[in-house]
Amino acid sequence: MATQAMQAPVQLTISPRLAKNIRRNVKERIIELILMMAALVAVATTFAIVGVLLYESLSFFKTVSVIEFFTDTQWTPLFEDAHYGIMPLVSGTLTTSAIALAVAVPIGTISAIFLSEFASHKTREIIKPILELLVGVPTVVFGYFALFFVTPLLQSIYPDLPSFNMLGAGIVMGIMIIPYIASMSEDAMRAVPMSMREGSYAMGATRFQTAIKVVTPAAISGIVAAYILAISRAVGETMVVAIAAGQQPNLTFNPLDSAATITAYIVQVAMGDLPHGSIGYQSIFAAGLVLMAMTLSFNIFGHWVRKKYRESY
Amino acid sequence: MATVTTAIKAEARDLNFFYSNGARALKGISMPLYENKITALIGPSGCGKSTFLRCFNRMHDLYPGNKYQGEIVMHPDNTNVLDSGVDPIEVRMRISMVFQKPNPFPKSIYENVAYGLRVRGENNKRIMDDKVEEALKGAALWNEVKDRLHDLAFNLSGGQQQRLCIARALATDPEIMLFDEPTSALDPIATANIEELMVELRSKLTILVVTHNMQQAARVSDYTAYMYLGELIEYDDTDKIFTNPGRKETEDYITGKFG
Repeated sequence: MATQAMQAPVQLTISPRLAKNIRRNVKERIIELILMMAALVAVATTFAIVGVLLYESLSFFKTVSVIEFFTDTQWTPLFEDAHYGIMPLVSGTLTTSAIALAVAVPIGTISAIFLSEFASHKTREIIKPILELLVGVPTVVFGYFALFFVTPLLQSIYPDLPSFNMLGAGIVMGIMIIPYIASMSEDAMRAVPMSMREGSYAMGATRFQTAIKVVTPAAISGIVAAYILAISRAVGETMVVAIAAGQQPNLTFNPLDSAATITAYIVQVAMGDLPHGSIGYQSIFAAGLVLMAMTLSFNIFGHWVRKKYRESY
Repeated sequence: MATVTTAIKAEARDLNFFYSNGARALKGISMPLYENKITALIGPSGCGKSTFLRCFNRMHDLYPGNKYQGEIVMHPDNTNVLDSGVDPIEVRMRISMVFQKPNPFPKSIYENVAYGLRVRGENNKRIMDDKVEEALKGAALWNEVKDRLHDLAFNLSGGQQQRLCIARALATDPEIMLFDEPTSALDPIATANIEELMVELRSKLTILVVTHNMQQAARVSDYTAYMYLGELIEYDDTDKIFTNPGRKETEDYITGKFG
């Protein structure tokens, strides 16, 4: 009997409840569209920026050859005797960023280990908000802090240090990005399951051994992500270096010299009254393009390091 | 009594335990662990069996505010592992533990097993190689992993990971090994492997195992303790507990009337 019922042709009717779904589906689609458009704003903006950078740089490279751009050792686009060598700006950017990272990576990582593995709940609840408050300090304040506090302090050690120098700017920039590293690394470490720590303690490990040998490797991808963000912040930072490192493009990796970074140059020129379409105007787009390429390559490098680290454990 | 022929490896004496919120999780527990025997702890969820197990290697020390009262004495040296003057790290070097869910470290298979040795300051590669091989053989994992010792431990299956955790715990030659529901996250075949392994390990060390699975207790253990609401209701030979329990509560639990 049952088989007979199954063989009989089944009549399909749409129940009134299912029919209503058409209206609901349209509504769903509209909502979906709105959500997608919101997401597209960020993507479109990125593409627009890249487009503008490329377009304006193209006009720049019609006047200046790419070879000159990368090999000339002077950057003086606004002078009578104009030179268009980006390297002095790149050296300034790399040097200040390297100093910043040399300060922020060890201090930030150690703070994260302390906060995640050693600090009591109460201590963490006090220290973490204070650390994150640093993020809220306007960068211009950090710039003056570098110029009027850190540099004089350094000058008491090296009397020959110029008032504008990369060392002071780099150190302050490092202090500025400590919270990014500390906070993100701490989040990554706290996300390591307790069972892993218990496993380590049960083997007779100390707190320090557990933190260094188990928790840190388990959180390494999050920690590396924090470093990458910090690098991008350092390379793209403007105010501190514009104020405290000087604005003379100077091909040097000596932290005791004054120099300009890419960002410092852009802000300096963008604030002046350059005629639209002039070579000086176009040069800031070429500089911006280089800056973006640098940040991008750091990101790719970080991604690669993260993958490599993961596999070697 | 038949039990007098075997030595006592450790015993709990009037052990009470309080969590930081003041809850009394263990109420005056006294029971022995016989050397080279497997003792199983059974009872419904929340009866305190895992809490009791974790007292042996002072795992409760990791969370502030927990309090022990009473003693767990290890023989033959008569050390009370709960004494505040005893370093919990020393205790954990003698009493190792295997957890409910396999928890390998984010390291290679080799480094996982070598972890306990490295923590103890061992750096000699030859000694380490030997110990790692011996431990992996002891945990019946050597043949499966000998060609990929430097692969990440996470690439192993769940059952292999748990055997790796046993190898890790074995590598440091502990006197007692604690198993906290070691097979609850594993499939039946992996479970059978672990059970077989536990029975083999008995010749080397003393085992205390918490289990939710009464058949498992019956299969592997020599002695069984039934706990309920933080109290030890009955402790006896496993055969006796499962065939002729002395207490009504035990009988109700093992026959499935309750729990």
